[in-house]
Parts: sequence; structure tokens; C-alpha cells
Amino acid sequence: MSAPTLTSRQRARCRPDPVRWVVLIGLAVLAVITLVPFGLVALNAVKSPADYSQGGPLQPPNSLYLQGIIDFWVRVDFGEKLWNSTVIAGSVAVFAVLVSVVAAYALGIGRVRGRMWIIAIFLLANLMPQEALIYPLYYMAKEVDLYDTRLAVIIIFTAVQAAFGTYLLSAVLSRFPTEILDAARIDGAGKWHTLWRVVVPMSWPTLSVLLVFFFIWTWNEFFIPLVMLVSNENQTVPVALGVLQGQRLMDATTQSASALLGIVPAVVFFLLFQRTLTRGIAAGAVK
Amino acid sequence: MTLPVQTAPAPAGPAPRTPTRPAGHRRPGGHGGYLPYLIPAALLFVVVIAIPLVGNVWLSFTRWQGVGSPDWVGLEQYRKLFSDETFWLSARNNLALIVAMAIVPTFLGLLLAGAMFDVVGKRFGQRSASALRASFYLPQVLPAVVAGVVWGWILHPEFGALNEMLRFVGLDSWTQNWLGDEKTALLSVMAVLVWIQIGYPVVIFMAGLQRVDPELYESAEVDGAGWWQRLWLITVPQIRPEIFVVLLTCTIAALKTFDKIFVLTRGGPGGATNVPSYFSFQNFFEKANVGYGAAIATVLTVIIVGLTFLFLRAQHRDER
Repeated sequence: MSAPTLTSRQRARCRPDPVRWVVLIGLAVLAVITLVPFGLVALNAVKSPADYSQGGPLQPPNSLYLQGIIDFWVRVDFGEKLWNSTVIAGSVAVFAVLVSVVAAYALGIGRVRGRMWIIAIFLLANLMPQEALIYPLYYMAKEVDLYDTRLAVIIIFTAVQAAFGTYLLSAVLSRFPTEILDAARIDGAGKWHTLWRVVVPMSWPTLSVLLVFFFIWTWNEFFIPLVMLVSNENQTVPVALGVLQGQRLMDATTQSASALLGIVPAVVFFLLFQRTLTRGIAAGAVK
Repeated sequence: MTLPVQTAPAPAGPAPRTPTRPAGHRRPGGHGGYLPYLIPAALLFVVVIAIPLVGNVWLSFTRWQGVGSPDWVGLEQYRKLFSDETFWLSARNNLALIVAMAIVPTFLGLLLAGAMFDVVGKRFGQRSASALRASFYLPQVLPAVVAGVVWGWILHPEFGALNEMLRFVGLDSWTQNWLGDEKTALLSVMAVLVWIQIGYPVVIFMAGLQRVDPELYESAEVDGAGWWQRLWLITVPQIRPEIFVVLLTCTIAALKTFDKIFVLTRGGPGGATNVPSYFSFQNFFEKANVGYGAAIATVLTVIIVGLTFLFLRAQHRDER
């Protein structure tokens, strides 16, 4: 098995030995298993119900049948749900980044007194389970007539995401180069001016990562939108899909059509923002 | 769920203080003038987090149907809670979810990331490693609800793909009501959670491994260390900070699990997959038992904060 003249290091470099092939094949099989559910959904979302009951879930469809997807789209008014999700997630991403960068400016650059405590409180706020906030929020929203409005959800998630954003950006901005701040001051720029003309443009790479993360996190949220948005025309994509799933009125192909409609936006975001996301996950995971 | 990357881009702690500067060389404007910049964040924090949190604790000392005014009952809800079988069952189920969302994915993630870094990346090229990583990560990009819809269909007793496939290969006796039978429901949910979660540790660990000096592996290999030994003696100690972060964030995510349970089983059958988070939701909005729901949510909060504190302290000690 081993050539005595070669050190193991040389041998390893020369050719992948059988064990390595086994590892590679094992990993590939696991990866395929991970992807099977996606394939099943795609395969059966374009199948007619008759086709499904005849050939089962593994048979390729006899013909491309899009009626299931169209029917489901019309039934839940999916376009409206996409719009609601986009409005809510988009507004939250923008507002939460604005609130965080302004607060982090005071904490990271302004170094206001007691900032360690303030940052710790924001971090803790981010950890709170939403169950511990939901009933008072629900009650308060009813009191001020914001119950069942997208605005209520936007306000709540702006606060939740901004808590995290403030914590993260305070650390980032505390390393902001002092020379640049001094230069801005000497040029006569006030604090407000320095924030928008100097700090925000220079921190844009981090802010854009946050913007993407806030958008996707808010898009994926379920619990608070479920409680707050009861009427159909205000619901988000996850709420509409989740509530329908519970009703168990669907047949096999409709259900895979609904799953496909939920998967597509998520995969589109993933492909669009892949580089931003990996940068965020990889760079920030641990210092 | 919260996309479990939720806390990923967090630096491990507050930024280091810069050394004190000589007097007279202060940051522009000094300290005082910056306070107004905190107003929007502080206002949102008070209205959306602080007041509701205090309100929830207060509600947990009352009995209330959601209409009229709450009756103060002191600690009664907590007394009831600690002797409630349903609550303890949900707490045990939550431990099972921690196994499925934190412990199994961390362990599997180590094996997978180690194999991809040590074997695939080096011998078969970085591109195959990236393709594998993307496959494992794909379930992570789905909203948890959508993952639940996918699996709710696959595991459906009558028309689900899994049972259909079993019938197709002649294993009719293996078909199950996967999510509807008390014997299989929790295990099925756990399997789905592993599928959802696995991509997160894989990505984080592979990123961490970029830091590790390849020489370490090569010299270990020359010294005759097998793959398993390299994993435990090099990989694990080198990416210990990542392991801490993954365990902490996944455990907290498991304690907060609501959406997957809502979509897959609604806590059933007979409470076999109920968790405290869903149990509190039921008390708030289905049983109009607001005080009791608030007590469950308060206990959950205390557990999460306590756990975070313990983790951070352990990590801090580990770093010394």
C-alpha cells in the first residue's frame, strides 16, 4: 500500500488516496440529501393533481402544469403578500439602519458617559423572546389604533433590529480613525454634518451588510406579524403560508405550489446578496 | 426562526477602549453634545421593549381574560406553572429541540466543516468545497415557515412524498403518520430542525478554519495523526470561539422556537411537541389566560438571560 521511498506528506500530495474519495462521496451524498426536499417541491409544484395521484412524487410530470401555482397565487392574492412583505422589510431595514447609525455615533464616536451600560442594555434587548413582549404590544397597538396595520409591525421591528444594529455599529465606530474626525472638525464641520458627510459614507460597507441582514431577518419573521396582522390584506408571505398550512385544506400539488412560492423569493435574495451575506457571516462571526 | 445568523455578525464584545488621551485632545464636541443622537433609539427601546417587558412581568402576577381589569393574584400563576404537567412536558420537549438545533448541528457541523476543509478543499479544490457548503446552507435561507410548509407536505400521512416513496419501494409497513403520531412526532420535528440548522455551523466553522495555519495539519499528518485526531486536536481547539458562538446562538434560537412548531404540529399530538413559547401563545390568544401566558414568557426570558450570562462567563474564562 505504501511506497517506502515517499514520506506521507509527499504521498498525500501526489494523489488523493481512496479514503479521501470516500469522504468526498459521503459529503456529496449528504449534500444531495439536503437538496432533495427542494427538488421534490419543484418537481411536484408543476404537476397536475391527477398526475400526482397516478405517478406519485418521484415521477417526472407528464406535462408542465402551472395551474396549481396560478390557482394558489390567486387564492391567497400572493402579489399582495409579496408587496406587504417588501414594504415592511424594506422600511424596517432603512429605518433600523438610520436609528442604529445615529445612536452608534453617540456611543462609538461621541463616547457618551455610561456607554458600556447602554450598549449592554441594547444587546440584552435583542435577546428578549418576543413572547415576553407580545401581549403588552398587542394591547398597546389596540389602544392607539395601530392593531392590524403594517405600521405597527414596522415600528416594532425597527426597534428590535436597531437594538442589534446599535450594539454592532458602536463597536465598529469606536475604531473610526480619529485623524479624519479631527480634520472634519478643523474644517468647521459640526457633529451633524460630520455624521452624514464623513462617518456614514466611510462606514457604508458595514451599513450595507446590516441593511441586507435587516431586510432578510424581517422578511422571515413570523410570530409578531402573525399576532398583529389578522386581516388578509395586511399579511406577509410567511404569515399567509403559515396560516394556510394550519388549515389542512390543501392537496399535495397545491401544497408544493405554496412551498415553491415561499422558496423562490428567499432563494432570489440569497443569490442577489450572496456576497454580502457571506461577507457578513464570515467577517463578523467572531473576532 | 430567526435566521440563526441573527447574532452572527456580532463582535465578541464591546470594543476595546482607546488609551486615554492627553487633556485638550478630545474628540470633537466632547461628551455632552452627543446625547440627542440617542433619542430615537432610546424612545423605540422604551416603547417597544422596556414597557412591554415590565408590563409582561406585571401581568404574570395577575389573572386576566384580556378584557376588563386584571386581578392581582401574586405568585399564584407561578405556583400553578411549576405543578403543571403540560408545562414540564413542554420544557422537556424544548430540551429535545436544543439537542436538535444546537448540539447535533454543532457536532455534525464540525465533522462536515473539518472534512470539507481538510480533505475536499485541499485535494479536490476550493470550488467543490464551496459548492458543498452552499448546498448545506440552502435550507438556512428559507423563512422557517416555508421550511415547515415543505416538510409538512413531505411528511403528510396520506399524500406526503415520504410515505409515497416508502409505498413505492414496497415498504408499506414503514409508513407513518410522522407528525401526527405521538411516537414519531417529536423525532420528526427534530429531524426537520437538524436539516434547517446544519448550514449555519458549517459556514461559521469553515470561515473560522481559514485562520488555521495549514502547516499545523501537515506536520500533524507527518507525525501520523489520523483524520479523527486532527479534528479533535487541531480543528476543535483552533475554532473554539466559533463553537461557543454557535452553541449559544443556536441554544437561544431553540428556546425561542415558535414558527416551526406552529407550522408543523401546532404543539400536537396531545402536547407531544409543545414548547414553552408556543404554550404561552396558546394561553395568550387561544385560552384567554393572559396572566398564565405572561408567567410562562417571563420564565423563558429568565432562562435565556441566565444562559447567556453563563455562556459569556465561560467564554471569558476560556479566553484567559
